[in-house]
Amino acid sequence: MEQILTYAIWFFVGSAAVSMVRVVIGPSSADRMTGLNMVSSQVLAVLVLVAVREGRSSYLDVALVYDIFGFIGILAMARYFGGSRT
Amino acid sequence: MNWGAILFLGLGVVFGIIGNLGVLILPDVYTRLQASSTASTTSVFSAIVAGMFVVGWDPMAGKIAVIALFFFLTSPISAHIIARYAWHREIIPWRRSYAERRSLREEDDD
Repeated sequence: MEQILTYAIWFFVGSAAVSMVRVVIGPSSADRMTGLNMVSSQVLAVLVLVAVREGRSSYLDVALVYDIFGFIGILAMARYFGGSRT
Repeated sequence: MNWGAILFLGLGVVFGIIGNLGVLILPDVYTRLQASSTASTTSVFSAIVAGMFVVGWDPMAGKIAVIALFFFLTSPISAHIIARYAWHREIIPWRRSYAERRSLREEDDD
């Protein structure tokens, strides 16, 4: 079971690295925000799977705070780049 | 072997591959946003449910359920915020006829 979890963790790490391509080459800023949203959700999956593999519940707090800060980051970027309308 | 965990990890891997392909090859902000939002929600949610299957009936499962609930609330909200931001930036949605017209105009220029 631990081996399978390790393979899944490496898959999600590689998938987040592939999603960074859209952040780098995105033509507009909305494309980059889309890529960042996907990277942050996949890193959340990596954190949860690492916490499950190690069997430590304190790693899950890190995952929850990471999720909250990813959401607040998207909010702040939309507000900052969009002026005061959004 | 924990067959539920293996099933949900396989689902997460399949949806992750489909979502990455969609984000890479679709032509517009809105279509890319749709691929990113649905595929990342399904794949990450499958991974989290697989984690709950692995730990079993344990206090860790409650924490993972809180993370899953928060992610399930905030992922559509952030997709909506990005779509509204793109709409306020006046990015025109992609149509097939626009691409054809642009290619025709380029042929006329030639």
